[in-house]
Amino acid sequence: MLKYIGTRFALMLPALFGVAVLTFVMLRILPGDVVAARMLAETGQAPPALVAQERERLGLNKPLPAQFLDWMVGMVKGDFGVSMWTNRPISEEIGIRLGLSLQVAVMATLIAVLVAIPLGTLSALFRNSLLDYFVRLITIAGLAVPSFWLGMLMILGLLTLFRWSPPVTYTPFLTDPVGNMAQLIWPALAVGYRYAAVVARMVRSSVIEVLREDYIRTARAKGVFERLVISRHALRNALLPAITVIGLEFAFLIGGLVVTEQVFNLNGIGRLFVEAVARHDFTMIQALVMLTAVLFAIANLAVDICYGIFDPRLRTK
Amino acid sequence: MRRAVSLFVDFVRSQPLGIVSLVAVLVMVGCAIFAEQVAAFDPEAIDFAAMLSAPGAEHPLGTDAFGRDILSRLIYGARTALAIGVLSSFIGCTLGGAIGLASAFFGGKVDLVAQRLIDMLLSFPIIVLALVVVALGGKFIIAGIDVNLILAIAVPTVPRAARVIRAAALSVREMPYVDAARAAGYSDWRIILRHMAPNVTAPYLILFTAYIAQAILLEASLSFLGLGVAEPKPAWGLMLSGTSANFYQEAPWMILFPGLAISLAVFAFNLFGDALRDWLDPKLKT
Repeated sequence: MLKYIGTRFALMLPALFGVAVLTFVMLRILPGDVVAARMLAETGQAPPALVAQERERLGLNKPLPAQFLDWMVGMVKGDFGVSMWTNRPISEEIGIRLGLSLQVAVMATLIAVLVAIPLGTLSALFRNSLLDYFVRLITIAGLAVPSFWLGMLMILGLLTLFRWSPPVTYTPFLTDPVGNMAQLIWPALAVGYRYAAVVARMVRSSVIEVLREDYIRTARAKGVFERLVISRHALRNALLPAITVIGLEFAFLIGGLVVTEQVFNLNGIGRLFVEAVARHDFTMIQALVMLTAVLFAIANLAVDICYGIFDPRLRTK
Repeated sequence: MRRAVSLFVDFVRSQPLGIVSLVAVLVMVGCAIFAEQVAAFDPEAIDFAAMLSAPGAEHPLGTDAFGRDILSRLIYGARTALAIGVLSSFIGCTLGGAIGLASAFFGGKVDLVAQRLIDMLLSFPIIVLALVVVALGGKFIIAGIDVNLILAIAVPTVPRAARVIRAAALSVREMPYVDAARAAGYSDWRIILRHMAPNVTAPYLILFTAYIAQAILLEASLSFLGLGVAEPKPAWGLMLSGTSANFYQEAPWMILFPGLAISLAVFAFNLFGDALRDWLDPKLKT
């Protein structure tokens, strides 16, 4: 098992390196001069003397390969450079916000998994029943309803029903766990709905597919209890594709948070990203794009490890 | 013509849900094309006398903080959403499709490089890629349409379309007629365009409709964040931001209807795409 994890981890590194090259190329070469572009966007003018001074300060006057090397060496050491907008170290700016976003992401995942797996399974077992139609309807709606609108409706509902609105200032989990949960459960639900819908659809279709397999018929024919057929034979196999979706969607939650954090006035990674884009803060965008790629790689690794646990064939190969 | 009618009858018979979604899509298209005739008010006309009025006889869906008629803004918003949705989905799917076709046809190193690039692009959430493009470009407005916004929405669909079209094109490449074309001495590009492309139209059409839904949702998100369509142009996502965010407790209709419009439009295009997929190719899974 350890060897299997080791191989998976080793495979992750070249992929991440490729993403780093791609990110660097996208942000440094395509737009021409980022400093002038930012100054033009911010103030409408870009005096050459000022541009040269900024380029010197940000290390942008070095040749591109040297810049890339600097960036890579910095990242390995945990130093992402400084923000072009606030002038503060990027790792610090991300560090104070990452906890909040990750907490919402983990809560959304828990909600999605706890709701989607039972619902998807039931929907598949009782195909074309009233429950199945209901699940299919709410899951297909989940793909269409924008999470930020759902968030606004939640705030509106809480206000009219309970005269309570989520607080504007952030309460850390350690100082007040209940207040923290009461605040973050709503954004987690707003992004979790879509997530749950995607996972439930996947679980439903893969359970339906597995139930057609020969080994299910064999198990039933030799008289295994139906409950065991479902839990041991069907679910164990049907959950593998669901795990992939759960992992990939977790990595993509940062996308959902980009808009949802805005609605709930949360100062997380998504908000930082929107601000960086609005202010043409290219060093920050570069770091955040890299962060999403790293999250994706980690989620992929976790999925691979889960596969290794659930499917012994993969370990021995 | 008769063939078209019989095809349509077949679609109606086999895809009842598809026809419901088609009607919804057509209503939206109708609103977008005939906005001037359908809407009772100018979507940008400010009327402070009617500020924040509740839904009633004069304004069926109420007015916003500037006294603008919400129904009229929704109708004109359909034009914005469809123009951006259709254009960006078309650009993204066509570009992706071309990459997928070339990748499948040439194989070897071209395929390997293209696939690695696509894998990398697929490791970013859709909105992250779109935001990067928004940040890179300025605003280029041609005929009232922000070209950079359309590109930003099109870029994330490119790798996804490329992967699906490549998979379909790989089996087309093995067909005897492709060998025959090659034996006849046709150029690579002629084979790709005249012999392979027509045979991946089914997955292309499915992708195109499905990504219109995606594009409408993405445009709404970007406009909501203030990085898409700009005021005073009517756009559904924009109607949920700005002043709506401040007044929606007193005037819930300001956020209720635009959100419903986004959801229904995305829902209809998704459903229509699904029906199209089941009808065109029951075996195809995207």
